Amino acid sequence: MTHININSLEVGQQIGSSEFLLTRDSLVRYAGASGDFNPIHYRDDFAKSVGLEGVLAHGMLTMGAAVQVAVDWVGDAGRIVDYGVRFTKPVWVDAADGAVLVVTGKVGEIDVDGARVRIDLTATFNDAGVLGKAQAWVRL
Amino acid sequence: MVNPNVQGKTYPATEPYLVGREKIREFAHAVKSTSTVNLDVFAAQAAGYADVIAPPTFAVVIQERSLATVLADPEAEIDFSRVVHGDQRFVHARPIVAGDELTSELTVASVKTLGAHSMVTFETRIFDVEKQLVCTAISTLVVRGDE
Repeated sequence: MTHININSLEVGQQIGSSEFLLTRDSLVRYAGASGDFNPIHYRDDFAKSVGLEGVLAHGMLTMGAAVQVAVDWVGDAGRIVDYGVRFTKPVWVDAADGAVLVVTGKVGEIDVDGARVRIDLTATFNDAGVLGKAQAWVRL
Repeated sequence: MVNPNVQGKTYPATEPYLVGREKIREFAHAVKSTSTVNLDVFAAQAAGYADVIAPPTFAVVIQERSLATVLADPEAEIDFSRVVHGDQRFVHARPIVAGDELTSELTVASVKTLGAHSMVTFETRIFDVEKQLVCTAISTLVVRGDE
């Protein structure tokens, strides 16, 4: 059981929002935690040598941070039973200022019989969406 | 260009990965989780878990072990320096819990060609020691061809 009553929810209802500051420190920390040491995520010279504008966040870091809005809403990370995203735009992480990721979530679909709700997430950087079809099914 | 003949190919299961409590905490901090079930053993147990549970995207760590075997397979002909992550999904039968020993088995679900580019979709099934399915990770990589 959770504190959320499925019958009280409405499609389109906002469930919350968060801002995440992604700095170069965040990228190095994620590289270490995940084992993804692709240098495009921490070396400007390397990123530029492969034709990129600069260092970008790991897509999986953006994906992992975005779902926290749904996790915080339901209060238990174990209730996210199905979560998928498309990576549509890079998040460029400035060496000095980092990048601010803004995430909002709303109710996309309610499955009363299955006791689960689909949360649709939007994640933006510099006012442009960086994840497509970011949907998390949450078991209530 | 990715070899279309690997569509349907299943790779051998990876060696067991022991999920550590501190690894979960490290990963949780890295994805900016403040969820107590990821960080605090007592909170996790109060929620009915044996130990801290991993954030929903932690299965990528296991998936990567299977992907590494594909990228090392000369038959697949995947040039990792040209790979871009297209999409990712995790379908959980249950959360990953500290203490789990997980193996993964990857199947190349599809190989599609779009102009000079290839799109490869991998389905990685992650099992516990009882051979019960814990999570299915579905990942599409875009392999850029010559422009």
